[in-house]
Amino acid sequence: MSGFAKPLKIALGLIVIAGLIIVPMNFNRYGLFILSQWAVMSIAAMGLNLTLGYAGQVSLAQGAFVGIGAYAAAIMTTQGWPLPAAIVVAIVLSFAVGWVLGYPALRVQHHYLAFVTLAFSTLAFLVFRNESWLTGGIYGISNIPRPHIFGIATNKPLPFYYVCLGSLAIVSLAVWWLIRSPWGRAFMALRENPLRAQSLGVDTRRYTLMAFAIGSALGGIAGALYAPLTQYIDPVPFNLSLSLDLLMMVIVGGAGFYFGPFLGAMIAVLLPEWLRFTEGYYLMLYAVAVMLLLIWSPTGILGILDRYLAERRTKAASALRAVAKSRLETVQ
Amino acid sequence: MSNLFDLLVAGLATGAIYALVAVGFTLLWQTSQTINFAQGEFVMLPAFLMLATMHAGAPFWLAIILGILLSMILLGLAFKMLLVDPMMRHGVLPLAIATMALAIGIKEAVKQFFSAEASPFPSIVPTGDISILGHAVSLQSIGVLVLAILAVFGLTSLLNRTSLGHQMQAAAQNPTVARIIGVPVERMILLTFLINAFLVALASLLITPIYLAKFSSGEVLGQAAFIAAIVGGFNQVRGAIAGGLLIGVLDNLAAAYVSTQYRAAVPMIFLIAVILFRPQGLLGRAEERTV
Repeated sequence: MSGFAKPLKIALGLIVIAGLIIVPMNFNRYGLFILSQWAVMSIAAMGLNLTLGYAGQVSLAQGAFVGIGAYAAAIMTTQGWPLPAAIVVAIVLSFAVGWVLGYPALRVQHHYLAFVTLAFSTLAFLVFRNESWLTGGIYGISNIPRPHIFGIATNKPLPFYYVCLGSLAIVSLAVWWLIRSPWGRAFMALRENPLRAQSLGVDTRRYTLMAFAIGSALGGIAGALYAPLTQYIDPVPFNLSLSLDLLMMVIVGGAGFYFGPFLGAMIAVLLPEWLRFTEGYYLMLYAVAVMLLLIWSPTGILGILDRYLAERRTKAASALRAVAKSRLETVQ
Repeated sequence: MSNLFDLLVAGLATGAIYALVAVGFTLLWQTSQTINFAQGEFVMLPAFLMLATMHAGAPFWLAIILGILLSMILLGLAFKMLLVDPMMRHGVLPLAIATMALAIGIKEAVKQFFSAEASPFPSIVPTGDISILGHAVSLQSIGVLVLAILAVFGLTSLLNRTSLGHQMQAAAQNPTVARIIGVPVERMILLTFLINAFLVALASLLITPIYLAKFSSGEVLGQAAFIAAIVGGFNQVRGAIAGGLLIGVLDNLAAAYVSTQYRAAVPMIFLIAVILFRPQGLLGRAEERTV
């Protein structure tokens, strides 16, 4: 996004943020639910973007971490614990499990890694479904309370939407800081050339595990918000297709771009809703749209923008060169 | 012991179908680095194509032929030209994601245009039992096993004994050199897509009478085929066959002896173990680049 002038970028960012705060004020219940879902899925997709887009480790298990976070939050808050405590537990739990899941990544890469994580995802689903003493089995957990934030009850859809949006803002800032820190650069080195990264003294082993653990922890946060959002969870939403959806969000938005997950989650959550007027056809149209987009730009939506800006810069540069050249010629 | 024998036969029959699907899966991977996440849906669709032609009045044998031809056009030719060709050079991941979207599209299309309910499907093998070594074995299992073995045998002879098969292997192993020595690589890749479409149509014909035709039935099948392909060796046709049979048997034994709740976990744990300790698969060769 470096093609825009800085004040313009800041203004654009402020308008989007203001829009996200003000516009939904007169949305109905369902509209707010969908927007909250967008915020939650953006957090999960941002985590996957760290693992996949920045550190280059394919994971098909992000949905399982959303599930782990959701069950942690559901079990704790129905037992009377406050949500922030549940979020901390969700983070610690998914960080630890994500760390362990990172070990296969030290041994195998690419599609092999994808299938290990896919298998993990299925195993997690089986645990959610079968360990009914903990998770309520197929009946799930209902009556998940929504939190009080600074003494304000967030039972109504609008306040809880602000909880989701606020969490998204905090996570976004943290990720922004992370990818600009030496850690973020180490992740990218891992993606671009692991051998070179290692010879330059980057502890690739530690950073691979970290990429998994941090990405998974963000999935856990998303899950811990998802549970009070729907107020009822069962194993079905956390099956393999959620992991595949999240992967699709990251790729469609643009893997390795900071704003990719926001856009990808928007397409995956909102586009089907906008297409609802086509009734039975909406998911079909959505699938066709995703395929067309990927055929047009395999690097996702932000890939299009990136190419356009790169082209404009090249054009501007060659125009400058042409001017300089003609000046040289007139001088001679 | 008779229980174990029945389980083994049933497991081998489903395993043979998994093997068909897994072989197609590895063929696509070898020739074009396509990880087809829609492979399960590719198995689900031909049954509905055959049902549709039967609803239009065609007899069963004609429906089978038309169904196989239609699948080769749609799942072979159109899939390659419209989705794989434009995306192949952009790497494995975007194409894999596009096939995930394709899987959603096929599922929804079948749900919308045919039915969301499971439909019965006629069996090409007569039902009933025959007696082998004093055990009653269902004819269907035997028939499925025989047909699948014939198909796999035909394919391996094509690959290993004919000039065409050698050209296909050359195109898969080293496209650049293959091109230099005059192998029409593009045509060979197209051929593998057509073969895959034929195999999934055959698998569809064999498995649908057992599990009914349903829009969502591809999910389980696709996963089983992935696991079979990886367990056997992602870059080996005979690996995929062994993997398919193994997963079929394992799945049936797990259902009987482990627990119905965690039956699906057994192949998964097996998969993780194989990837971690023998990533090239039980029969595969190591690929230096990816492992």
